[in-house]
Amino acid sequence: MTAAASLVWIDYLIMIVYFLFVLGIGIALKRFTRTSEDFFLSGRSIPAWVAGLAFVSANLGAQEVIGMGASGAKYGILTSHFYWVGAIPAMVFVGLFMMPFYYGSRARSVPEYLKLRFDEKTRGLNAVSFAFMTIFSSGISMYAMGKLFRLLLGWNFHMSMVVAAFIVLVYIFFGGLTSAIYNEVLQFFLIVFGMAPLVILGLYDVGGWEGLKTRLMSLAAENGFAQTAYTQSWAFMDHPSRNPIGVEWFGLVMGLGFVLSFGYWCTDFLVVQRAMAAHSMSAARRTPLIGAIPKMFMPILVILPGMIALAAGSWASSQASATAGSSPAQVTAAAPAQSAAAGEAALGRGIIPPKRDETTGEIVRDSRGKVLLDYDLATPMMLVHFFPAGLLGLGLTALLASFMSGMAGNVTAFNTVWTYDIYQSYIHRKASDDHLLWMGRVTTVVGILLSLAAAYVAAAFNNIMDMLQLVFAFVNAPLFATFAIGMFWKRATGHGAFAGLISGTLAAALHHGLTLPAGAASGIKGGFLGLWKTYPSELAQTFWTAILAWVTCFVVSILVSLVTRPRPDSELRGLVYSLTPKAGETEEAWWQRPAFLGVVVLLVALILNFIFF
Amino acid sequence: MKMDIRLPIGLMFLCLGLLLSGYGLATAGQQEVYQRSLQININLWWGLAMLAFGLIFTILGLRRGRPE
Repeated sequence: MTAAASLVWIDYLIMIVYFLFVLGIGIALKRFTRTSEDFFLSGRSIPAWVAGLAFVSANLGAQEVIGMGASGAKYGILTSHFYWVGAIPAMVFVGLFMMPFYYGSRARSVPEYLKLRFDEKTRGLNAVSFAFMTIFSSGISMYAMGKLFRLLLGWNFHMSMVVAAFIVLVYIFFGGLTSAIYNEVLQFFLIVFGMAPLVILGLYDVGGWEGLKTRLMSLAAENGFAQTAYTQSWAFMDHPSRNPIGVEWFGLVMGLGFVLSFGYWCTDFLVVQRAMAAHSMSAARRTPLIGAIPKMFMPILVILPGMIALAAGSWASSQASATAGSSPAQVTAAAPAQSAAAGEAALGRGIIPPKRDETTGEIVRDSRGKVLLDYDLATPMMLVHFFPAGLLGLGLTALLASFMSGMAGNVTAFNTVWTYDIYQSYIHRKASDDHLLWMGRVTTVVGILLSLAAAYVAAAFNNIMDMLQLVFAFVNAPLFATFAIGMFWKRATGHGAFAGLISGTLAAALHHGLTLPAGAASGIKGGFLGLWKTYPSELAQTFWTAILAWVTCFVVSILVSLVTRPRPDSELRGLVYSLTPKAGETEEAWWQRPAFLGVVVLLVALILNFIFF
Repeated sequence: MKMDIRLPIGLMFLCLGLLLSGYGLATAGQQEVYQRSLQININLWWGLAMLAFGLIFTILGLRRGRPE
């Protein structure tokens, strides 16, 4: 297959400048990295705004940039629920209520907090499953990167993966977490500057937000929804059949907004690590709150391009006008480089091409014969469609930067959990600090090699990866219940936590095995244990799996805790809400206080919800 | 803070801004280059925006970095 775009010297020059700066930062930080705490926790010296931007940037990996663009094309503005419901409240909660325990306990990682609060087995379970997860998710995103750049630019699959992995390896190897965090901040700004022109040009092309609304009306009608179903986020949430995500408000708020979102933002060491690296308790608490500010506006940058991709194409259509439909929204046209194959590309929508089978290259259709779209190409195709030489280099560099910040987040979290929670705890208890620092560097190399290996596994056995991601989802679903009980109920015991986690995971697996999204065949999508219930959509099934896992974990943890012996109060100081002195906030100006910031963030998020209601 | 991160960020955006706006100037008026961007010389304008951002961050970084 021919590539969708080709680059000229200016594009390569921009990429090279970026690479040089990223590597330079890593190497310049080498002399500051002397102890294991420097390497794994940045010596707890990072200012709040830097940690805050790194907090969002580590999460702004390619899964986010490309995946949220894809969801924007699939679900329209309803994708914003993943931000204004599924992220902001949890980010405020972790900053105001959980950071005092994470930071105050001086734990060096999330699993270590579990060890301090509960016991060794709870830590072990969390550390091992987390270590596996980071490696596999980094591998999956590497594979996605290799595939994407091969498709877009015709780059060599192996080369692009190895080069990106090598650069990340170098800068983390020398500068550790500080280097990852500093580069995440740089990558954050690069992603913003690389994606913003996409929204500007795209909106200009489709006639602004109003124009986009009009163009998406016929799509909504085709799919049997009300006209504004893709451009109003709450109006059609009363019943799953009335909105594109196929979920009602309760499942959304509880499943996504509570269980999944709190489970990720409040317990995932990948993000929490950034806050733990902050220079003071107050800075650590402000980290997620400061991160929430750009996070709130991220939908403009990542979701809108996907929505515009459905509606854009006026220029391409005038080039290959034979296939133009009667109304602007029905224009189906080829992406520039594919105009030779205009006939086939006309099966796509806007500038999103139809999905092709990976092995046969045939266009994929659903059971009713409708052509499926390759939504993951929505944002990349937008870049190729709108960016001239020069800006295209910047846009692709931004995409590379998002791959790298995601990868670096996984690698730094992995090397810390491995070194502190597995190596130092179970393998070499009396290791000196120099030895741990050395181990951190070795683990960085090993972690990157393992991610590469995982990328090749993903390339060879797609199904294995789907299955692993499913298993991880089961493991993650109940996590927040354990933390909530641990932090706010001093009676909770290690046995209770452990039993809760195991039973929550089992409940998730059981529920998934007994249910199916409408129209899916039993197998990886569920139903492998029989069919108890059919959900209107895959998201609905995912949300209810999470809710059930959480409730199971919550109930089992409480029941088991009540019949097992609690730890004495003296051992739980600084780890549980009722036994921790309240953080004094008097030393800062009122506008720097976490509570004030938190309230402002929540209010703005509420307003955003109303604007797109 | 060991190193003010605003300085390298500022410098990188200065470099990128110069490259992009320079390329925009050099290709000004070449319609085939800007067909994709709806005939807007987005390289020039966006390059200038990046230059401005780079300048601000470089100045902030330098001011902070001066010995006390």
